[in-house]
Amino acid sequence: MAEATFQKTLSLTNAFRCLECGKCTAVCPISRYNGTYSPRRIVGRLISENPANVALDPNVWTCLTCGLCNARCPSDVKYSAMTKVLRREAFRLHNDPSCSHGGALQAMMRIHATSNQPQDRMGWVTGDLKIAEKGEWGYFVGCLPYFDALFSDLESNTLAIAKSVVKVLNVLGIEPVVMKDERCCGHDLLWGGDIENFKLLAERNVKMIRATGVKKVLTACPECYRTLAVDYPEVVGPLGFQMVYITELLADVSAQLEKKLGEIKKTVSFQDPCRLGRHMGIYDSPRRMINLIPGVQFNEMTKRGPGAICCGTSAWQNCDATSKRIQTDRLLGAYNVGAEMLVTSCPKCYVHFKCALQGESIPEDKKVEVKDLIVLLAEALNSK
Amino acid sequence: MAAETKEFKPKILVFACNWCSYAGADNAGVNRMQYPPDIRVIRTMCSGRVNPGHILEAFRMGADGVLWSGCHFGDCHYIFGNYEAEKNYKKLVAMLKLLGVDERRFRLEWVSAAEGNKWAALIKEFVADIKAAGPSPHKMNGSRMSQPQPLPIVE
Repeated sequence: MAEATFQKTLSLTNAFRCLECGKCTAVCPISRYNGTYSPRRIVGRLISENPANVALDPNVWTCLTCGLCNARCPSDVKYSAMTKVLRREAFRLHNDPSCSHGGALQAMMRIHATSNQPQDRMGWVTGDLKIAEKGEWGYFVGCLPYFDALFSDLESNTLAIAKSVVKVLNVLGIEPVVMKDERCCGHDLLWGGDIENFKLLAERNVKMIRATGVKKVLTACPECYRTLAVDYPEVVGPLGFQMVYITELLADVSAQLEKKLGEIKKTVSFQDPCRLGRHMGIYDSPRRMINLIPGVQFNEMTKRGPGAICCGTSAWQNCDATSKRIQTDRLLGAYNVGAEMLVTSCPKCYVHFKCALQGESIPEDKKVEVKDLIVLLAEALNSK
Repeated sequence: MAAETKEFKPKILVFACNWCSYAGADNAGVNRMQYPPDIRVIRTMCSGRVNPGHILEAFRMGADGVLWSGCHFGDCHYIFGNYEAEKNYKKLVAMLKLLGVDERRFRLEWVSAAEGNKWAALIKEFVADIKAAGPSPHKMNGSRMSQPQPLPIVE
């Protein structure tokens, strides 16, 4: 970005209106554990220094972009949007993040963006799952097959999420269109500053979805949901189809679903994914779905809804001891309200918590189960 | 100009561990064993040092094949590095299948420092496999990720 455009884009995020009150640092989940990181200091430096200098600070990659500070800021600095702009500049200036998993996922996304090789990603669609070639509803699976391959040692089964979505939709009489060669949504490249490859992914996915002729596209991943609904229109214009998060659809037809749910006797708590809650404002429908299941006792965590703490890592980068401590505290938070299971609605929260459960940071007797909301619903359907 | 059929010269990346496979390649060299020159060897201290990102990045950058080589089980200089490599290999095979990469393009092999013959035979076989598989369908684009540039200096 040219200097002038960079400054202008930054000013659109209200970054130059900072009053240096420090509320962002006070609520920041990273600052709580890592005293060297302060959002306030970064936004303050934008005013006192050349912003390009700030883009060279390795701390631009520390932010979780969870949006907790945005909500607290008295002068409406959009800190996560500002981070996105700064990272784009940082990436251009070769200030690169440290990618978790050796950059395997980023490499996979860039292959998606540039390669024309067809993928072989439909292995999860077993005979009992009904999907269609044409129809009103599409289902955007996201990177679930890849997570399943890469995180096979975490005892995580991310493909169960995709299977459960189709199962639940079939029960409601919907046969979703699933695209054979769908690409990654590019969320992590966008938040990692790689705007060029993000644009390629956006163009490819939107073209592919339009070609199927679906009117509404469902997704069970809050990151895909945010990216397709909010970030794609910025680069490709109006989408021509509507994005729907799975629990929003299910909440509309809850009366139909309720009759088919069997009993699950569990005390559960809910982790609000940052992309779903603070970014997209969906708090109510996942809770309604949990309360719909007979036998489930729902205990809210102390930090919940708009004040929920993020799962500790975003965009597959900068996973460190701080991330682990956030995850540990989150899992213990669920245990402390008496939950046996922490339900989440985001595949990445699920993978991160599964990883945190592997270590010895939580005593065995305080470990809670982690499950995706849709998988829990599908289990309730099965138990009837 | 005489009509010239352009022979496919594959770009093959080889990760060889310092203690066994790299020494095995040396052994093949000092014994003057012949094998095709299409490989580029990267020496790592251990096969366990190579992580999934390195392999996928190699394919992203257009490598036609990737060979990953280390010590036999029980011989690892760091006791369990090759077990880590095998664990990651299994994950990668699954990921590369999803990405539509031909399974011939990626192999994990154990070559000890004394197995110069095995190394030469392995490279011959692997290069033949890659030539049969043809050029990699994964290509780089024109983004900054494809062309490493020197760091700019910002005042």
